[in-house]
Amino acid sequence: MSIDWFPLWLSLRVAGFATAISLAISLPLAFLLASRDWRGRDLLDAVTTLPLVLPPTVLGYYLLVVIGRDSAFGRLYEWAFGSPLVFTWQAATLAALVHSTPLLIKFTRAAFESIDPSFERAARNLGASEWKVFWRITVPLARRSIFAAAALSFARSLGDFGITIMIAGNIPGRTQTIAVAIYDAVESGKGSLARALVLAISVVAIAILYLTNWLERRQPAG
Amino acid sequence: MIQARIGKRFAPGPESAGFELNVELRVAAGVTVLFGASGSGKTLTLDCIAGFVTPDSGRILLDDEILYDAAAQVNLRPQRRNCGYVFQNYALFPHMTLRENLAFAAERKPRLERHRRVSEMLEKFQLGGVSGRRPHEVSGGEKQRCSIARALIGEPKLLLLDEPARGLDAPLRTGLYATLRQVRAEFNVPILLVTHDLDECFELAGEMLVLREGRVAQRGEPKDVLSQPANVEVARLLGVANLFQAEIAALDPGKNTSRLKLDDFELIGPYYPGRFLRDRVWLCIRAEDLRAQAPNGAKPEGVNRVPVKLLRVSERPQAVRLEFSRDITVEAPRAEFERLKDNEEWLVEFPPQSIRIL
Repeated sequence: MSIDWFPLWLSLRVAGFATAISLAISLPLAFLLASRDWRGRDLLDAVTTLPLVLPPTVLGYYLLVVIGRDSAFGRLYEWAFGSPLVFTWQAATLAALVHSTPLLIKFTRAAFESIDPSFERAARNLGASEWKVFWRITVPLARRSIFAAAALSFARSLGDFGITIMIAGNIPGRTQTIAVAIYDAVESGKGSLARALVLAISVVAIAILYLTNWLERRQPAG
Repeated sequence: MIQARIGKRFAPGPESAGFELNVELRVAAGVTVLFGASGSGKTLTLDCIAGFVTPDSGRILLDDEILYDAAAQVNLRPQRRNCGYVFQNYALFPHMTLRENLAFAAERKPRLERHRRVSEMLEKFQLGGVSGRRPHEVSGGEKQRCSIARALIGEPKLLLLDEPARGLDAPLRTGLYATLRQVRAEFNVPILLVTHDLDECFELAGEMLVLREGRVAQRGEPKDVLSQPANVEVARLLGVANLFQAEIAALDPGKNTSRLKLDDFELIGPYYPGRFLRDRVWLCIRAEDLRAQAPNGAKPEGVNRVPVKLLRVSERPQAVRLEFSRDITVEAPRAEFERLKDNEEWLVEFPPQSIRIL
């Protein structure tokens, strides 16, 4: 029996896009959360942590409300791109994004907080603007931890099921990601397909964890 | 010149006692040392001046620019304060070479001048040969010089150093002192240096401020501060080993003498102007000003000689420290101790002119 690998490729593509967007969101938010006390920090922390504790179906429901064809955002999207967002691979990317961003924010925040504050102070003392401190000091010093966090976030993006099924659905060859495909294969009794996909995703996950550890170990001493 | 009055209060927390900083200082040309124990507010004072910590009250003036003024609600960002800061761990950016570290600090200068300035500083601080290396690839002394060069490259109006010698071994310390003397001579910048090392005060400082529990307890030239501590706490901070409570039993301005009554012996001291009979005072004398002697038969208890028992001997780099009964500590030159060491009974002589009262 020939195995359809489309769900694996789709998942990798979705996770790749989701991780890139997630990084762009997480870096500034994590920097805000890691910097000194300011009003609203705890609220921002709570809001960005929420997706970690809510059931995925609840998140999916919220997203359906926000991006559905009747919602303001949904109409705007449809007007701009000519087709609805729900039940597309872009929606799957959004699902993966919501699933993985809270974790990436936590990890990058920890990465920023583990930097000796005297480096940032020194940079400010030498006249560097906050923007320059962030891009030239904070991010480069945390880069290995950020790469490692991005790898983990990528792995987590691969694994979303609940949100994806709610907003992207289960359309074979279009929105069926690997997690959904495995569920589908088991449901319809395709044991060998399920085994192949399970094995594939496990190998990818182990490879990513290995890469993460390797990155963290290479943290330079100075 | 910097003039500052800084107030900052920390409420007591569940695991920390409260702390209140309340210092006033003026730093003109040369080196001024902030001396004090850990937790006395030295580094906090530097951080307030550099703008890393915002005080609650007061005013900080650098030359004619206001860096901070609580009343006028002025609080310049650290970027705009123009104070060089040398961090305790140097804080050299680990992902940049030494040259890049200096260049980072010179980026506000025009491009051509920047390059010239970096090369000039590398030259001046003998870093030319290692300028392409990262901080973890160079020696401790090179890191130290690089951090000082980096702090100076933007031509600050004040140089702040946070315990630069902490944790350094003797050769590195010597190197640091040489570098700082060079900075003092070649750069026209007042230096404010934090330390808890008395040697450093004497090595570098024109003036020292003794900080205790967030307040300036005494200020002056190091040798004056050491010879006349303002009070018993300062004397303890300065490591004066012999501090006794005493009562002034007699004062004779004519003969320039006084008689001091301690717990179980009396001493003759110089006349103390401004003191009265029966005043309770602290008597203070440095361990190296006392003399340990062997009683030589005839007169066991002459003027200011107190019979004591030797309790403990400990070696010091330059001398031998002798701890006697009656809480008396003497530092004797090693040769002198060698001559006396088989001695059973001891006398300690208090030279009258060395006896200070607080």
